[in-house]
Amino acid sequence: MRKLFPHPQLTILLALVWLLLVNHLSLGSLVMALILGTAVPLLTAPYWPERPRLHNLPMIGTYVAIVLHDIVVANFTVARIVLAMPNARLRPAWIAVPLRLTQPEAITVLAATITLTPGTVSADLSADGRSLLVHCLHAPDPEAVVRAIQTRYEARLLEIFA
Amino acid sequence: MVWDLLITGFLVLAGVFGLVGSFGLVKLPDPMTRLHAPTKATTLGVGGVLIASMLFFAAKMGHFSAHELLITLFLFLTAPVSALFLAKANLHHDRPQNLPHPEGSEWAILRIGTDTAAETLAGPVPEQPLTPREGRET
Repeated sequence: MRKLFPHPQLTILLALVWLLLVNHLSLGSLVMALILGTAVPLLTAPYWPERPRLHNLPMIGTYVAIVLHDIVVANFTVARIVLAMPNARLRPAWIAVPLRLTQPEAITVLAATITLTPGTVSADLSADGRSLLVHCLHAPDPEAVVRAIQTRYEARLLEIFA
Repeated sequence: MVWDLLITGFLVLAGVFGLVGSFGLVKLPDPMTRLHAPTKATTLGVGGVLIASMLFFAAKMGHFSAHELLITLFLFLTAPVSALFLAKANLHHDRPQNLPHPEGSEWAILRIGTDTAAETLAGPVPEQPLTPREGRET
């Protein structure tokens, strides 16, 4: 089993994406989805020498819900800053977020989340991979932003990727 | 009627956010702050159109359309990558002096031409390239 499906989560994801692309359920598309879901992980296995292990699957659902909620809130926050705040009162800031996450996949997810949510864009990783450089659109209190990222996103990712 | 109002509402919301995002590009003062407006406001701009589209197909055409979910997925995968590339290009170009210092290291862009972060995270590079079989068993 392990040899045929080196990466079961990827298999499921690929099959699901294929079915969504086809946009209707039939036996033919299901077979094609399974062929793709089997072939792609087998062919790309050399590129995944260490696969991330996912723990705490319900937490993934919670995480996605929180991020979606934050994206909607972020849109309104940024819209208000763009429309209502004069540039002179804007307090952009660079912040360094120390990371407890060590897996590249986990850091990628965190960096992408930061970019998608309230007034922050991740800009760079430190050379040792232990800090993330983040630019804030409007951060009167940069320390609070660091704490928010650590408690809201990183703590949950730690539980997922542990 | 209710469906029409809902669909229209989402389309208008999407249009407003798309406009705000583009206006932010003009209004904000420097390249890094300008990066924020299109990465955020546009997500809901595109999202609104996609929700409206799903509602339209569900209510008017009587079948469920899944392509919108995929577009959302691909958008969430690609938007941070392009934002990161733009941010890095800005960092290389402007070399801001007010960057905070990471503990015990320096930012990767200050070491041009090396991929130190990736090497540290992935551990030492194996001497023999992994074949698929070996890769699976480790």
